[in-house]
Amino acid sequence: MKRLVSQGDMTTMTERFEPEIANSNNAARLEFRNVSMTFPDGTEALKEVSFSVAAGEFVTIVGPSGCGKSTLLRVASGLTTHSNGECMSDRKSLGYVFQDATLLPWRTVQRNVELNAELQGVPEAERRERARQAIELVGLTGSEKKYPKQLSGGMKMRTSLARSLVMKPSVFMFDEPFGALDEISRERLQDELLRIFDHEGFAGLFITHSVPEAVFLSTRVLCMSARPGRIIADFSIPWAYPRQHDIRYSPEFAEMCGKVSESLREAHA
Amino acid sequence: MSTQTKLLKTYTPPLATFGAFIGVWYAVHYFILSENRKFIVPPPHAVIDNAFLNGVARSELAEGLVNTGRIALFGFLIASVLALFGSVLMAGNRMIERALFPYAVALQTVPILALVPLFSVWFGPTRTARIVTCVLVAIFPILTSFLFGLKSVDTGHQDLFTLNNVSRTTRFRKLLFPAALPSIFTGLRIGAGLCVIGALVADFFFSRGDLGLGRLLNNYAKRLEYEKLFGGVILASALGVAIYILIGWVANRSLRDWHESEARSA
Repeated sequence: MKRLVSQGDMTTMTERFEPEIANSNNAARLEFRNVSMTFPDGTEALKEVSFSVAAGEFVTIVGPSGCGKSTLLRVASGLTTHSNGECMSDRKSLGYVFQDATLLPWRTVQRNVELNAELQGVPEAERRERARQAIELVGLTGSEKKYPKQLSGGMKMRTSLARSLVMKPSVFMFDEPFGALDEISRERLQDELLRIFDHEGFAGLFITHSVPEAVFLSTRVLCMSARPGRIIADFSIPWAYPRQHDIRYSPEFAEMCGKVSESLREAHA
Repeated sequence: MSTQTKLLKTYTPPLATFGAFIGVWYAVHYFILSENRKFIVPPPHAVIDNAFLNGVARSELAEGLVNTGRIALFGFLIASVLALFGSVLMAGNRMIERALFPYAVALQTVPILALVPLFSVWFGPTRTARIVTCVLVAIFPILTSFLFGLKSVDTGHQDLFTLNNVSRTTRFRKLLFPAALPSIFTGLRIGAGLCVIGALVADFFFSRGDLGLGRLLNNYAKRLEYEKLFGGVILASALGVAIYILIGWVANRSLRDWHESEARSA
């Protein structure tokens, strides 16, 4: 694994590769050090954000709409350049699931799932096989020949997940992927995402405004303030994986959600 | 629903309209026009007799149709290719768009018909002059549709491709072009009709060179041969309709699986 290090600055942006750190399983695969981001119009989106995500960690950032969560993810993935601070991530092996499924409507499920591999030059036979496995992993076997318009919202999101899984990402980012789904599909996809996380062991960075979703999925939950976004609280979620779906109904779960909500409430009072 | 009733439901409405149209046509000739004015709307059977069954008129019209059709087709191909290059350049580079687009708009507002005599001076009554007319008449709507399609690509899709570090050509081939395809077909359909008009108009102005439908229409009108005039109008319309249907068929083939505009009805 190569690590891409970028030093952000409005005028100079240097990128260099650092050699792999031995025994890197506990090393951060994604690290923010005092990252700030100001838009050209002067809006401060992020202020002095620091945190890191290691392999096998699933970190979720919760915050109100418009607090800069999505900007943070765009910075982490390299879609947007930050203004100050350091952002390190393994961009060569990055999974990214968007708010919308962003499937290409002219491609079937199979061909959509193959897309990332195709764009990165994976040979055809290999990407077919990898796509088949990913489709199986998200439970879409049998729908390979369907077009996106024939799919429900949940199935579209599964396809989108599979598309990223094909590349076996070491860092996996999710930008409120289940926000547009109904409650039932949402919970089912959360269960499946955890199963996949347990199976693949990537470093996960998830964005949401749903506190129960954050608590259910994560090893850590970070609360973000309103603009400019800062990390204002950091909760460790103790339950081991695989997590059963019914931990959602336990008093401990409710208590943890309560704590997270409380800290968000304080920040936005 | 059985296939038969389905066919019936599909074809009865347009056939009924066609029947009504022929009915009105006859009615105008036999009941509305006074005896000495009946010649200005000859009845359908007279048109068929004089324009399509009469050997001389038929070969004349056939020659005109082939020549005009060829000009329209060449003009259409050239206009489409130029529009494709132009729109790709403009979509890819803001400066080029700023430099060129105002003139594309200006081209649209210039009455091309006024320029046709000029082309005949520059190029003579040649095919070149006719094709240039065609291209100028048709290129703007094609170009704007193409450009609209290329610039309306979903930003999420763009981000997805950016994350994969794709080259510009890959982005064009695998994202921009397919995403713009519905708009591209819209542009082609509009352009096809305009090319037939362009070919006719150019021919109308040139009284020398290849014999086309435009000049025949002009001649028939001058000689008060209204049956043949009607025949020529029908052929010219048929040419436009044929190209339109052809493009519609290709559009349907390429879009029906995924785009709403061509979705098969359930």
